[in-house]
Amino acid sequence: MTITKTQRDILGSSALRPDGVSKVQGDFAFSSDLHAENMLWGATLRSPHPYARIISIDLSGAWKIAGVECVITAEDVPGQLTYGLISEDQPVFAKDFVRYMGEPVAAVAADHPETCRRALAAIVVVYEVLTPLTNPEHAIDEAREPIHPDGNIIRRQQIIHGDVNATAPIVVEGTYDIGMQDQAFLGTESALAIPDHDGAGIEVFVATQWLHEDRKQMAKCLALPEEKVRLVLGGVGGAFGAREDISLQVHTALLAMRTSRPVKMQYGREESFFGHVHRHPAQIWMRHHANTDGRIVKIEARFVFDGGAYSSTSSAVLINGVTHTQGPYQCPNAIVDGYAVRTNNPPCGAMRGFGVVQACFAHEGQMDKLAVATGIDEVEIRLRNIIHTGDTMITGQVLESVAPLERCIRETAAMPLPREMEAHPHELDLPGGSGRTADRRNIVRGIGWGVSMKNLMYSEGFDDYSTARCTLTNGSVELKFATSEVGQGFVTLAPQIARSVLGVDNVTYDTIDTQIGSAGSTSASRQTWMSGGAVDGACRMVRERLFEHVGALHGIDPLRLAIDDTDVVDTIGSLRITVQEASTNFTVSETFEYHHRPTQDLDDNGQGNCHVAFAFVAHRAVVDVDVELGLVKVVQIATAQDVGRVLNPMSVIGQIEGGIAQGLGLAVMEEIIVTNGIVRNPSFTDYLLPTALDAPQVLISMIEEPDPQAPMGAKGVGEAPCISVTPAIVAAIRNATGKSIDRCPVRPQDICF
Amino acid sequence: MPVFIPSSLTDATRLLSNNPSAHLVTGGTDLMVEVNFNHRHPETVISLRKIPEFQHWNIDNKSGVVHIGSSVPYATMEHGELAQALPALAEAARTVGSPQIRAAGSLGGNLGTCSPAGDSLPVLSALNAIVHLHSETTSRSVPFAEFMVGPKRNSRLPNEIISGVTIPLTNGWQGYAKVGVRNAMVISVASVCLAIHDGNVRVALGSVGPTIIRGSESEAWINSVGLENVTPSVAQEFGERVRAESRPIDDHRSTAEYRRHAVGVLATRLLLRGVQR
Ligand SMILES: Cc1cc2nc3c(=O)[nH]c(=O)nc-3n(C[C@H](O)[C@H](O)[C@H](O)COP(=O)(O)OP(=O)(O)OC[C@H]3O[C@@H](n4cnc5c(N)ncnc54)[C@H](O)[C@@H]3O)c2cc1C
Repeated sequence: MTITKTQRDILGSSALRPDGVSKVQGDFAFSSDLHAENMLWGATLRSPHPYARIISIDLSGAWKIAGVECVITAEDVPGQLTYGLISEDQPVFAKDFVRYMGEPVAAVAADHPETCRRALAAIVVVYEVLTPLTNPEHAIDEAREPIHPDGNIIRRQQIIHGDVNATAPIVVEGTYDIGMQDQAFLGTESALAIPDHDGAGIEVFVATQWLHEDRKQMAKCLALPEEKVRLVLGGVGGAFGAREDISLQVHTALLAMRTSRPVKMQYGREESFFGHVHRHPAQIWMRHHANTDGRIVKIEARFVFDGGAYSSTSSAVLINGVTHTQGPYQCPNAIVDGYAVRTNNPPCGAMRGFGVVQACFAHEGQMDKLAVATGIDEVEIRLRNIIHTGDTMITGQVLESVAPLERCIRETAAMPLPREMEAHPHELDLPGGSGRTADRRNIVRGIGWGVSMKNLMYSEGFDDYSTARCTLTNGSVELKFATSEVGQGFVTLAPQIARSVLGVDNVTYDTIDTQIGSAGSTSASRQTWMSGGAVDGACRMVRERLFEHVGALHGIDPLRLAIDDTDVVDTIGSLRITVQEASTNFTVSETFEYHHRPTQDLDDNGQGNCHVAFAFVAHRAVVDVDVELGLVKVVQIATAQDVGRVLNPMSVIGQIEGGIAQGLGLAVMEEIIVTNGIVRNPSFTDYLLPTALDAPQVLISMIEEPDPQAPMGAKGVGEAPCISVTPAIVAAIRNATGKSIDRCPVRPQDICF
Repeated sequence: MPVFIPSSLTDATRLLSNNPSAHLVTGGTDLMVEVNFNHRHPETVISLRKIPEFQHWNIDNKSGVVHIGSSVPYATMEHGELAQALPALAEAARTVGSPQIRAAGSLGGNLGTCSPAGDSLPVLSALNAIVHLHSETTSRSVPFAEFMVGPKRNSRLPNEIISGVTIPLTNGWQGYAKVGVRNAMVISVASVCLAIHDGNVRVALGSVGPTIIRGSESEAWINSVGLENVTPSVAQEFGERVRAESRPIDDHRSTAEYRRHAVGVLATRLLLRGVQR
């Protein structure tokens, strides 16, 4: 028998997730699995109306029910009555008005979820129902009174760049509509709050994207000093942006503090649709002016993002949208007007792609129109316009990131197309799938393109730093960070970094909680760069201490030392000892804070160095369409993505395939349907997510051109996969049907009528 | 909460008359969803899954009928002898939910719920199935057309249990097609079952009216034209006639206009499949 050295799980290897096996086997404790002795259950009473005045709330019926320990409303909030990520405009509990269907009005704690349900049913709220403001244009035209003291316009941002009077012979325009998508994570919101014995503080286990931001907002509402609110990450079952805002955090903590008992809250699927923000529905108008050679001369655009009742991250989503008007293309002149508005629709905020998804759907629709108008094919027109490192964007910012866009497009184009459909295809391979609606002769194939550029990290002057600690002792490393693991794989990556930098194999990580500095949010494709940078920095500091220690012991200048595999070696001498040996009876611990380079606010003309960095991607979609019935089967997606450097191939592929499925959902089925402020489909029966049968074949090329600004050369890969795949699929449907379809998701009736 | 698990029809009907407020459950794939949504709060449950005659099915070629017990799961109808005898039912069964749902869901439950979107129902309608109902003291057999009386309403009396269905065999082609906005695991937006027997066409429509709709006028028309004369344009006209017999509504799943269009297209395509043109 031969023994082959197992490959070390360092950077570049497909190290396995430390929680992978337990998740597959069902052993992993998600936050909804948490339990504490003597625990109560919490539940939330929500508004059935999108807009109403609260006349009275009678809690007496609930208090009378045996097993009910606590009933709270806005009256019981000890600290600040409102919270929010950017502007604190959302009430912990509605007080005078409810502004969206599902807004929390009261909460109860009781011995059993069923007791909670009865208690909620026994609370009598008298509402004066008001006419909801649901048309975003009416929020802009001031036809309606403000529905909130902060007004109906959350933010307006214009971009004026270059010569606004510039003209060109080719002009194409379009109005694009993007529906409201839900993040639809599988693990619904849940938290367990355990009050301190002295009543002076609280510990909260919660599934979230950003522990420290939750803590900050919770402490204000609970009127506690931040250090008295300790947050621990509960097992997170997906996030996609929906856990960036507070949901049940304050409610659960407040019930626990009031009852001096542990309280657990967990939303069901229907409640989850009301418990978190969604992707902004948007209407975007664009007019592109181009020369006959296809080169863009000017873009005019108007964006309207429906933010729903509270602002959440709407103002940042708007900025992402308008600053990505041009997409990954050069554009010397631009006039853009953008609004994020308040309505009585469900609040919208962060979701994978964050404003760029909407912008991309519009600019890619425009590129196809430009291709038709100029007679240049859709790949060539994109190549002619692509942006390069060093180009100035419409914000006046110079693109500094590595931009291998031409490779992304050319490598995607070079991937093999799927085979022609067989004469007698299997029924499941046809549009309509198991419904057996189509025969071979009913099907038309189409091809479409989408290319995009997405900013990484937070923008507009925000210092979203990350902190990590590395402790080396006796050849083992323990890492500590507050980085939310939401499935993206930071708990796999962080040990890979430590193994690579320090030459150790045994790496563990401590509980993810607020007992160390902030890691920033797990969003904006930022944790590999930011928390990866922090872990890398902390490990490098530890390595220096180790070299000093070894150098002193052996009388060698520490600068001569290096790590080779699992050894410390003298680069110009003969010393070679294992890291294990070098760190025996030696302990060193270092904490590192990683900050990205500073950015600036946009001025009134939308000018400013507002973004940190960018990543690029191209998608080509092949679809089969049953034109008469309007049903679609996405056959294949080919994609080449700018990833900087591949740190874990399996993780990157996972992000790409998953992102494509999510972008496919927005292209052909995922939409929260809201009429007059009422959500019509808050369930997985009617909010359709792609199944395995809807998932296409995916061909992937990972373009590695390390970015010198990124700590390990690696760009975030989380969002890029889901952005231009949506317009690529819709373009393929247009190509197959010859119909001009400017909305997503594309519904059967959009195709067949 | 008491859960009774009777092992015979007699026990089951007696339990039901002694516990009139009990909820019947077979696979639970509808009932448990309603419980989760707080639409139902059962205090007593009678499970019908362990009753041998409900689990039984047989094909009686002599009398030309198939009998399927009310708790036979869809998985059993998808392949094998049952699928050969009743291809349309097999096709409908394959569109129901996911493998997990098909392992538990049953005709008894589909009939009990009686949703216009129930996938087995257009098949039972087109094949002129008979539904068997029993109380402690009575037994009756009702043609499907008289069984389903409205959306989620049927003529089952509160003390009756569905034991199964009898489906006359047909001697021509039969098939089922269903439109949903996803390639699997989706509630029907429009569906059609078409069956040919003795050269006559029968067509039944799902999700386009308060009940399953039999396209009687379209049937009469196509049968007067004659199957041997079916051309693509005849099939087109058949589809248009079927569309005219549908009575769909707008809801969050689709529009009335699309549903009407879709049943027409499906009817045309099924007819062409049926005559292999
Ligand atoms: C994820 C999912 C997907 C689904 N997809 C589909 C689909 O694609 N197509 C479709 O048609 N349906 C679908 N359904 C609904 C459901 O699976 C079917 O209606 C199924 O046929 C119900 O059978 P059951 O045995 O599970 O019924 P149960 O839930 O046990 O019962 C349903 C109702 O019938 C009553 N009942 C049950 N048995 C009897 C009996 N013998 N006599 C009298 N009353 C009785 C019950 O009291 C109850 O009211 C889906 C459900 C789920 C959860």
